[in-house]
Amino acid sequence: MRIGILAVQGAFAEHEKVLEQLNIPYIELRKAEDLDTPYDGLIFPGGESTVQGKLLKELGMFDKIHAQLLDGMPVLATCAGMILLASSLDNDTHHYFGTLPISVKRNAYGRQLGSFHTISECKGLGDIPMTFIRAPYVSSVDDSVDVLSVVDSHIVAVQYENQLAMSFHPELDDDLRIHQRFLELVQNHAS
Amino acid sequence: MENTERYQLNKQLAQMLKGGVIMDVTTPEQAKIAEAAGACAVMALERIPADIRAAGGVSRMSDPKMIRGIQDAVSIPVMAKCRIGHFVEAQILESIEIDYIDESEVLSPADDVYHINKRNFKVPFVCGAKDLGEALRRINEGASMIRTKGEPGTGDIIQAVRHMRKMNSEIARLTSMREDELFEAAKQLQVPYELVSYVHSNGRLPVVNFAAGGVATPADAALMMQLGAEGVFVGSGIFKSGNPEKRANAIVKSVTNYTDADMIAKLSEDLGEAMVGINEQEISLIMAERGI
Repeated sequence: MRIGILAVQGAFAEHEKVLEQLNIPYIELRKAEDLDTPYDGLIFPGGESTVQGKLLKELGMFDKIHAQLLDGMPVLATCAGMILLASSLDNDTHHYFGTLPISVKRNAYGRQLGSFHTISECKGLGDIPMTFIRAPYVSSVDDSVDVLSVVDSHIVAVQYENQLAMSFHPELDDDLRIHQRFLELVQNHAS
Repeated sequence: MENTERYQLNKQLAQMLKGGVIMDVTTPEQAKIAEAAGACAVMALERIPADIRAAGGVSRMSDPKMIRGIQDAVSIPVMAKCRIGHFVEAQILESIEIDYIDESEVLSPADDVYHINKRNFKVPFVCGAKDLGEALRRINEGASMIRTKGEPGTGDIIQAVRHMRKMNSEIARLTSMREDELFEAAKQLQVPYELVSYVHSNGRLPVVNFAAGGVATPADAALMMQLGAEGVFVGSGIFKSGNPEKRANAIVKSVTNYTDADMIAKLSEDLGEAMVGINEQEISLIMAERGI
């Protein structure tokens, strides 16, 4: 098993550290040629979605990754990553992969003073630490989407087929369960 | 505890900016250009460092209304500068909910002894440093992000390189020390033992470290990344050049693929005129000497 981590901008190194703890090999995806190395699952890290989305397109990576997502490749998307997957954005005219049928509100908690940390339940995992940094939340979901976590009456984690997306950053806390859940998806998809 | 958690969140915002370019902008229009070109954040200020240098006189925090205009224009984080030691300017920036305050040597210092006690604030601070001691002193005061000082407004990369190399070699030296030597190292660096111990064990600063001050080309940006910067601030280099949009775009891509010389070669083509720049021997005001 090998994971491709989108590494055009943002907190990709933090995801790499988690995978190292779990002994899972990974590669960094920074440009089109990096997509030639085979991988079994994708991680979209936190960062700025405007920057990541633009670089994906201008560095010639967008179409191939889009095809992989449509083909059912498992993906773990955190914060900005969730914005890349969302089929619609409430307060942004940009549109990226759109493979996850949810609406997302960017910077939904306001500026940095609105960033917060909490512990809340994630379906199937129990209580997990959640770090929200200038985070988005999910404003609405299609009926086919499995809502995994709700904090203060806002949806903050969802799963749809092989796409696991959340507005918080599991890579910033010590809890490995979200990544393990993603790796199970990858394992099941590969076999 | 609340303060500790807030400090963690502030360090974590800097982590989200990594691998990105933070651009100086003076108007909402420039902010939009920067965002469209791929800036991961913008620094709102009335005059870019090259113009501050040319105009002389006392330079201060920008008009809050002007900063608000930029906050309204873009969706990415907005930073702004206050003078070294001017905690009321910082209070004002916090009250308008700035995402990051740069306690900056680019502005005229308000205090020649004390920096701001940044632990008293909820909003995060980034500070400049030219060596490890300065970086750790700023972190001890509450900074949650560090950048090299470089020499702002010159378009000359030499000082940013000097500061990054100095910091790297001092970090390497600490990591190679025996544990019982760290107490003396803390004394020499004029910083608390706990911070020295962190660097000794982890081989890096406890916060994100960007390059700043003199970055003018995609090659400059990649140079700083290869020297270990986790991202880059570009000030005068963009909006003082012939084609700001194209240059900003090229610098962003160069930071992402900083080891790919083929790509940086292509990115460096036809960028138009770079900012003219001033060599360090030709300047009378060394901003990096402010606030140590």
